[in-house]
Amino acid sequence: MSEETPAPLWEVFIRSKRGLSHNHVGSLHAPDAEMALRNARDVYTRRMEGVSIWVVPSAVITASSPDEKDSFFDPAADKPYRHPTFYSIPKEVQQL
Amino acid sequence: MTLVVAGAAAVYTLRIADDCLVLSHRLAQWSSWAPALEDDLALTNIALDLLGQARGMYARIAELDGTGRSEDDYAFLRGERAFVNCQLVEHENGDFATTMVRQLLCSTYQLAQWQALTASTDEQVAAVATKAVKETAYHRDLATDWTLRLGDGTDESHRRMEHALAALWPFTAELFESDAVTREVAALGVGPDPGDLRPEWDAYITRVLGDATLPAPEVSWRPTGGRQGLHTEAFGYMLAEMQHVHRSFPGVTW
Repeated sequence: MSEETPAPLWEVFIRSKRGLSHNHVGSLHAPDAEMALRNARDVYTRRMEGVSIWVVPSAVITASSPDEKDSFFDPAADKPYRHPTFYSIPKEVQQL
Repeated sequence: MTLVVAGAAAVYTLRIADDCLVLSHRLAQWSSWAPALEDDLALTNIALDLLGQARGMYARIAELDGTGRSEDDYAFLRGERAFVNCQLVEHENGDFATTMVRQLLCSTYQLAQWQALTASTDEQVAAVATKAVKETAYHRDLATDWTLRLGDGTDESHRRMEHALAALWPFTAELFESDAVTREVAALGVGPDPGDLRPEWDAYITRVLGDATLPAPEVSWRPTGGRQGLHTEAFGYMLAEMQHVHRSFPGVTW
């Protein structure tokens, strides 16, 4: 098997419980979406990590370039007023 | 050393437990050898499910036969002739196709069995069965998926699946054998008579093999004897590997 072309790569997203969003947990190889989902279940949810799984072909993800890091992210560094730090959060709010 | 259990219910339960344990160990032998990491985890996940099912049943058997023996006693301190698993589960892993065909044939049988056992008059058995139904449904799904892919895949994968089916098919007859034990247990409502599971098994396997473009093989011979402690040559080697640590270092923990 190792001499052959490996199956396509998939990115795996798991939602750990209702109300939260899916988080990226890792990647795996699978020949198609159905098998990717099955593999994700076996590789990433063995310890009850999730209630929902997304798999996305890694090839369709458009990623920001490390070369553009400065122009992409630095302009946000000196704008503290964008952080909602002036509001008091009720104790009942667990996830924000 | 042999450990013999007494009573029809205990013997019947032991057969189910031994099927689970032996198949579990066979699958565990794939650990670090599967074609890809993903398959490695899938197979060992199933092995762990089966081990859990076996443990639940061994715990019950110790109560049924009144000995209070531990799960380890059943798993590690019985000789080959005291195991009453069917011969299909002990069949060597062979290639990936052989393992998947064996899994399809076994899981389909076990799912029907666990479903029937959820209505067992033995509450502990019914409780194990309720959990096992979900697990086994997934095992059957996975094996079905691979059977379709490999059967209806490349010439090479199709050839290997045909070869695996031909090798394993004769061993399926034993799954559905009835005897005094199964009839007594069925009458008590503890569990199904294996013969009654046949129509469901036949219907499912026939459909999957048809979809996978695999013709069901002709039955050339019908090996049997597992339920009486008679096993294939491969089983002794498997048991030696499975038991040697426990026997070499009795009571060892880590």
